[in-house]
Amino acid sequence: MAEQISTANAWPANSTPADLIPPGRKRLGWALIIAATLVLLAMIVVQILYTTSVDTVGFDTWRPVVYAYVVWGMALGAWQVLTRGEDGQRALFLLPALLFTIAMVIFPTLFGFYIALTDWNLSSFAGRKFNGLDNFWQMLADPYYRNALFNMVLYVLAVLVEYVISFGLALLLNAQIRARKFFRVVFLLPLMLSPVAVSWMIGKSLMEYRFGPAATLARTLGWDNPAFFSNPITARISIMVLDAWTFIPFMMIMLLAGLQAMSREVIEAARVDGATTWQTFWQVTFPLMLPVSVTAVILRIIFKLKLADIIITVTSGGPGGATDSVSSFIYREYRDRSNVGYGTMLAMFYLIIIVVFVTWLLKLASRFVRNVN
Amino acid sequence: MSVQTTDYTVSDIRSPAAFITSRVFIYGALVFWSFVCLFPIYWTITTSFKSAVDVTQGHLIPFVDFQPDWKGWRSLGLSPDSIFQTSTVRDEFLKRFMNSVITSVGASSLAIIIGSLAAYGLTRYRYHFAWFKNEDISFFFLSQLILPPVVLALPFLVLYREVALLDTRIGLVLLYTLMVLPIVIWIMRDQFNSIPVELEEAALVDGLTIWGAFFRIVMPIALPGMVAAFILAMVLCWNEYFFAALLTSTDAKTIPVMVASQTGSQGINWWSMAALATAAIAPLAIIGIALERYLIMGMTAGSVK
Repeated sequence: MAEQISTANAWPANSTPADLIPPGRKRLGWALIIAATLVLLAMIVVQILYTTSVDTVGFDTWRPVVYAYVVWGMALGAWQVLTRGEDGQRALFLLPALLFTIAMVIFPTLFGFYIALTDWNLSSFAGRKFNGLDNFWQMLADPYYRNALFNMVLYVLAVLVEYVISFGLALLLNAQIRARKFFRVVFLLPLMLSPVAVSWMIGKSLMEYRFGPAATLARTLGWDNPAFFSNPITARISIMVLDAWTFIPFMMIMLLAGLQAMSREVIEAARVDGATTWQTFWQVTFPLMLPVSVTAVILRIIFKLKLADIIITVTSGGPGGATDSVSSFIYREYRDRSNVGYGTMLAMFYLIIIVVFVTWLLKLASRFVRNVN
Repeated sequence: MSVQTTDYTVSDIRSPAAFITSRVFIYGALVFWSFVCLFPIYWTITTSFKSAVDVTQGHLIPFVDFQPDWKGWRSLGLSPDSIFQTSTVRDEFLKRFMNSVITSVGASSLAIIIGSLAAYGLTRYRYHFAWFKNEDISFFFLSQLILPPVVLALPFLVLYREVALLDTRIGLVLLYTLMVLPIVIWIMRDQFNSIPVELEEAALVDGLTIWGAFFRIVMPIALPGMVAAFILAMVLCWNEYFFAALLTSTDAKTIPVMVASQTGSQGINWWSMAALATAAIAPLAIIGIALERYLIMGMTAGSVK
């Protein structure tokens, strides 16, 4: 197989238009793809028969099927180049990423929808059992999942506060200051740090109840009992603060780029016309920054919807599930109960909500930006 | 990201008092936020040199408040006096560290290779795969960005068990590649769009093939964008916890999983946790400071037209 592919790569030297390709070369291409497809299908069939113990010939794992898929992908590329000439070479740019993403996303997602409809606990011997929509009804009655969804709403709303802070920081960095590069690097630093390490550094040690500096500071400021993670409300706020600390630089950098791309003449003109700084900001800077702001906020919301690691490591969802995000809840559903079927149903339902929500958000954003400008 | 010159306009110097007030406010805010960003890092690094009593009494400044000691680093086997002795903790740490390096570099490289190729194809050629056109294909790639890890995690757990990729570095590399691929394609598409097509047309006239033109003409120009995408991908992969926690157990555990597994237990050894956290964040902090320009370039790709 490798030999034939190397001949395929040798072809580009004569960039032949499709209609000038000799029939022999076309036949070779077709033979290649048909052979590869047959091999792949045969492997799948053999493996299915083997795992359902109809057959005794087969492999211990499905790994060889993965290899067969890779080889099939190569044959597909060779087939494109052999039969379509230059057009095939163009397709070759896209094929690796496309085949990779399809294999890694479409198949597992479809498989996930199937798992979601089964009763499957990895730690029990019963194995997997199709149970229709039972998981779905169980989910609707699950107060913890509802609570996790509600928390996601709160966490997403916190993005607005993060946005205000980021905008302020971007304005600061865009002001006429010395040592701009130093401040930019310092402000960017939190984004580099691993959220898990941050959870320990801030969540578990700075905010430590007895002697963490943040708790000491809170006591000095008059908060008698600075337990950041024992009360549901303060625990949620603490999680938001931790997450904001790592991700504010992300929005800040995007907004800063927007500010620096803005032409200075517009602001100068507003100043000459006698506008105060406050007026200039609201009448000129802010409207001009809307497109960048919308992009930054939407990207940030998309990242926020994946929030899990900080919650898992700092509170593990506590107190009493009060801080759970959907991801951390499903993570514990698997870790504590090995409940793959139910966990997948929760995840798939979440996926549908997210897709609907983000689509709505994008529509809203494009209309909003168009109306203002 | 050009740095603007400090030309004070007429309106800025309207009244000296107002000018000074605004200066004080701006620098005050800058210093305050720098403190917010740096203090947790400072706290972590100093704590790794503290003994128990210094932690509980909240001592902050080394040599003034407390006498620094290699305690935290000794427990990791990384202090000057223990570095040449055998240490199981150090072996464990180095193994996790290498796992992190291999998975993040491997995934970022793979994503850059297939992502750049796809981004180049999408910016230069018109495709029709059945009823899919360029816009649909781009949307397909970028839409992966909203897919939360938790949706793929459990199916992958089951599938990886079937193909014997559970608890392997290859398995993690593949998943991380998938995770950063949309971002790489996003950045590289922006990068290739900024390169004039005439360059390649000239190259084709001179007898280079499509792929020859890509490798010899376009790639060198797009290299800064590739570096930017690579670093951003590195950051995301190095810090990833969710997949690593679910899909690895002994062999392929990465640094974040190791850090997280130490935090849960009661009676944490503050100094050793601090040393571990410092070691986990140090590589990226250094890369971030050294290559900040590229990071900013990657993050702002396509957002400002």
